[in-house]
Amino acid sequence: MASKSPKRSYKFDPWLDPKNRPYIRIENVSKEFDGTMAVNNLSLSIYQGEFFSILGGSGCGKTTLLRMLAGFETPTSGKIYIDDIDMTTTPPYERPVNMMFQSYALFPHMSVGQNVAFGLKQEKLPKAEIKERVDGVLDLVQMSLFMNRMPHQLSGGQRQRVALARSLVKQPKLLLLDEPLASLDKKLKERTQLELVTIQERVGITFIMVSHDQEESMTMSTRIAVMNEGQIKQVGPPHEIYEFPNSRFVADFIGSINMFEGIILEDAPDHVIIQSDSMPSELCISHSATIPPGASVTVGVRPEKVKISKMSHGKPDVIYNYTSGVVDDIEYLGDVSIYHVLTENGRRILATLPNLVRLTEQPVTWEDKVYLYWQPENGIVLTV
Amino acid sequence: MHKKLSSFLLTWLLFGYAFLYVPILILIAFSFNKSRLVTIWDGFSLKWYRSLFDNDQLLKAAWVSLKVATLSATFALIFGTLAALVLVRFGRFKGRTFFSGLITAPLVMPEVITGLSLLIFFVSLKQMIGWPEARGVVTITIAHTTLAMAYVTSIVQARLFGFDNTLIEAALDLGARPLKSFFVITLPLIAPALGAGWLLAFALSLDDLVIASFVSGPGSTTLPMVIFSSVKLGVTPQVNALATLIVIFVSIGVSLSGWLIFKKSKEKKD
Repeated sequence: MASKSPKRSYKFDPWLDPKNRPYIRIENVSKEFDGTMAVNNLSLSIYQGEFFSILGGSGCGKTTLLRMLAGFETPTSGKIYIDDIDMTTTPPYERPVNMMFQSYALFPHMSVGQNVAFGLKQEKLPKAEIKERVDGVLDLVQMSLFMNRMPHQLSGGQRQRVALARSLVKQPKLLLLDEPLASLDKKLKERTQLELVTIQERVGITFIMVSHDQEESMTMSTRIAVMNEGQIKQVGPPHEIYEFPNSRFVADFIGSINMFEGIILEDAPDHVIIQSDSMPSELCISHSATIPPGASVTVGVRPEKVKISKMSHGKPDVIYNYTSGVVDDIEYLGDVSIYHVLTENGRRILATLPNLVRLTEQPVTWEDKVYLYWQPENGIVLTV
Repeated sequence: MHKKLSSFLLTWLLFGYAFLYVPILILIAFSFNKSRLVTIWDGFSLKWYRSLFDNDQLLKAAWVSLKVATLSATFALIFGTLAALVLVRFGRFKGRTFFSGLITAPLVMPEVITGLSLLIFFVSLKQMIGWPEARGVVTITIAHTTLAMAYVTSIVQARLFGFDNTLIEAALDLGARPLKSFFVITLPLIAPALGAGWLLAFALSLDDLVIASFVSGPGSTTLPMVIFSSVKLGVTPQVNALATLIVIFVSIGVSLSGWLIFKKSKEKKD
């Protein structure tokens, strides 16, 4: 990280501020169900105002973690602090936490207005204040006109807004979102993602979202925690998770990646040289790995960083990080095309190229013999 | 959806309905008969209805039946709902299958056996603790409650199985305590099943002859018992008139409960 000026504002990355105390602290939390560990000795700090994502496949324990934050499950061991208060065993109705359910869980026998007012009524607030706050929050999610509708008269997207309004109206210290966009179609999802971020910035409430959709969490989050088998594999802002994964699991889970097994030949302060059986050239990565030579590692490179050139145009002018092969398959996605190249020793390498010019014919096509190569700064050394 | 029935199917349909309902229609028709003979039509008259309302014995029995039906339906509703909640909401506790079996047993038990065992139970209870002092409204109510509770439990249980539990979690999350969330979320949503269960329990109690005959005492004769014994002495059109009133009463109840269930399932589909 670059050196920071003393006046630096940490508005967009509060976790870097050394003076900042975490707002939500999960300390060594475990949850056991009938002998299996759903969450295993997990610790996590989340800061005020963050839009934090917990990302993982099904059964990784992310929903259990969220339910422990909401109070529906009690940890087998460990502590949960919210705003420095121990909330480990506090029941859900006494927590300053609200949750937006994946199924939205709108009360079917109550109108939109009654649904949103429900939480405030439990606090026994005066009628006038309830009305004002319900109006305000319905305005925020642009559902004021639907105040008197019943949930079954709403579309999926509208229900999602009402569910969001209902969980926001109590102004919780923490809002939990369980796969909030899972049941929306693609276009609506994209629009709602941005709206959700805008609303979160406006209300300033800390959001924790659980998702299995990496695109969704990359777009919306300040930070992402990648979870697997009840543990957190990596925490960081989206670009860090994508560009600097700390393990093969994270590298493989986020986006797609080409991986090569190899052995370290040379480790210098500014570069590493790795030899891999599946590559004709040696691999060079322009950062130190601080691993002794002889150790076996994995090198990862993202498909969009792999360059492709026809063999007929001659060998590219590189010493490291190249191989050759035959184009086996092309996935045309409109904006980009993904080329599947089979190398001589049977490896399949992916390379993504943007379709910059409108062409009826691809510049590189099936059965073409091609070179693949990439720059030393684009490789990632993975040891675990 | 609108497909015309073939005349063959239509004939069978009418035949089927006729088989089920013509006897009842004949009974209703003969309640307006002027003649004393039940099977010979002699012109329209309301005199059997008039004499019915002068028959103290019948009216008293009707009052007993209504009282027993109302009380036992209410108790059956409360206990049946609690049992259903335990079976659905409390997970797989130890002895659950046994408990569930015990609750539904009266559904399949022959009424004669239920009645006899309850009679023995009440008699020995009196010998042991001196209560119930005499058999009457109290014992019939208890007996009907045990029977109807099984029906209520099945109905409410079915409704609770289809209940989305995240609604309860959402209510808790929004600050409602468990008891409050039961009353404002669960109860309104299962209300149709509760209504249907109560009406069914009410109708069961009103209909019952066998169990009531075992556990009733002097001065607590129920309506079905009076009708049955008067049939043995020879049917008068007075009984027809009473039966007509009961048929009307029961069909209103059944239609109402059917309508409640239909309305709710339609809402769910929407």
